[in-house]
Amino acid sequence: MLEVQNLLVFYENALAVNDLSLSVEEGEVVGVFGSNSAGKTTLLNTIAGLTLHLQNRERRRGGMRITLGGRILFEGEPIEGLSPRARVERGVVLCRERHPVLKDNTVEENLRLGGYLRSRREVKQGLEEAYALFPPLLRLRRRKAGMLSGGEKEMVAIGTALMARPKLILMDEPLLGLSPLMQSEVVRGAREISKKGVTVLISEQYARPVMPIIDRGYVIENGSQVVAGTGKELLENPEVKSAYFGV
Amino acid sequence: MGGLLASTLVYGLVSSATLLLTALGFSLTFGLSGVANFAHGGLYLLSGFTAWLLMTHLHLPFLAAAAATVVLVGLVGALVYRVVVMPVRGIHLAEVISTFAVGVAIIELFRWLGFTTYDYVLPVLVEDGIDVLGVTVDWQRLIIVAVALVLTLALWAFTHWTKIGLALRGMSQDEYTALSVGIESDWAAMLSLALGAGLSAVAAMVLFPLGIISINSGYDALLVALAVTVLGGLESTAGMIIGSLVLGFAVTLTGNYVGPRWGEVVYLGAIVVVLAVRPSGLLGKSKELEERV
Ligand SMILES: Nc1ncnc2c1ncn2[C@@H]1O[C@H](COP(=O)(O)OP(=O)(O)OP(=O)(O)O)[C@@H](O)[C@H]1O
Ligand SMILES: [Mg+2]
Repeated sequence: MLEVQNLLVFYENALAVNDLSLSVEEGEVVGVFGSNSAGKTTLLNTIAGLTLHLQNRERRRGGMRITLGGRILFEGEPIEGLSPRARVERGVVLCRERHPVLKDNTVEENLRLGGYLRSRREVKQGLEEAYALFPPLLRLRRRKAGMLSGGEKEMVAIGTALMARPKLILMDEPLLGLSPLMQSEVVRGAREISKKGVTVLISEQYARPVMPIIDRGYVIENGSQVVAGTGKELLENPEVKSAYFGV
Repeated sequence: MGGLLASTLVYGLVSSATLLLTALGFSLTFGLSGVANFAHGGLYLLSGFTAWLLMTHLHLPFLAAAAATVVLVGLVGALVYRVVVMPVRGIHLAEVISTFAVGVAIIELFRWLGFTTYDYVLPVLVEDGIDVLGVTVDWQRLIIVAVALVLTLALWAFTHWTKIGLALRGMSQDEYTALSVGIESDWAAMLSLALGAGLSAVAAMVLFPLGIISINSGYDALLVALAVTVLGGLESTAGMIIGSLVLGFAVTLTGNYVGPRWGEVVYLGAIVVVLAVRPSGLLGKSKELEERV
């Protein structure tokens, strides 16, 4: 479904993603693991088109700081030149890191915004699904999202991304800073999203909490892949084990 | 009988509504796209002359000319974004300088073309006036109050209840989150400028009939917009209304007790004082405190 080929993202003095290739099949849950500044966010932002947007914005002002290379195929077609909007239309939706929400808007306004490209009927149905997936949101729906806890914000952020009806959802460190209880809530959410037929690409620093749901994983360091394999294979790799499972 | 108190009250309200209306377009654009459109005054003046030209040369009735003007000036606003703002988007000083240059160019173009006489007037919608609290007020001034109120409420509803309004508000809060659900940032900013320009045209259509369309009203409109926006804090509707009321009554009172030509001093003074004492506006600070850390 998604095929990233020899992706390269170069920020002036930093090679954030270096000749990285990965693939995600339809229906899979795939993990991308790496420590701080390994390139996870850059990878997902580039798949979603945000890096291209940034590059265009800078170019207009004469900046040449960002270099992009490689190919990104979605359902067999190249999408690396498309705008973020065109990628959302095709079903590639990013849920950014650090639980982004619009803090002056209510929870429900946040969710509705996610359905920006969808019909009124789909928005209504999407809201029901989001509240069914994360029941606490129903109680919070009239609250300003800026007041919520980190875990609640993450539920809003995931709900917002789902409102866009993704075929492939890119989740960037959804567990960041959450309590173990909240982490398992979000992991449960991701599993249910996957059960509904949405393909999931999830990035984390620490692999253990998402181990039960991933089919395969990639470990990246300094923007390059170091190991790839099924969850079991990653667990058995001694280097990976110490770095990403904290054993 | 209308004493000085009643007259201050009524004219203070009218003058507040005038300021609110003048500033609405500027503040909407700034709130939704972060672009301080310093061409605001130029667009306001352009609106007045456009309507006048449509009436005089195409013989359109006033309402038709006004409607056409709002649309045309809205398009000019979009064009201003596309041509001068988009290339420098994100560099705030450059945005201010290039839009200011456009505004001055428009205003000075009309001066150069000779639009400097007393011939340029737009008709009032309803002649005569009525008594309010014993004070005689002409209908046009009441229309100004009504239009200011209705537009403010309509804009609030638009930004809170419609899909496009929500999208614009989303873009203004967090560009990358808005982008990742498929909203296009250039489209949103262009629309914000078009809406703001259209609003300044509406303001021009109801405000110019009270006097003549003079070149300086372009500069005045920008000054008023800056004063109200600085005073009210950005984007908040309540702040805008309060800012307009404070300034409107201040101007009316100085007009009554000091002298009629002190308006500009009040605007400039308000800008300087607010920036020095409460840079986030009268309501700005309390808004920030609501945020959780
Ligand atoms: N916009 C940018 N401009 C310049 N350098 C950047 C930019 N974004 C990321 N980088 C650099 O690219 C590298 C990869 O960053 P990235 O955010 O992708 O890492 P990450 O794996 O998501 O890390 P974290 O776990 O801390 O979120 C870092 O060295 C970072 O400093
Ligand atoms: Mg990251």
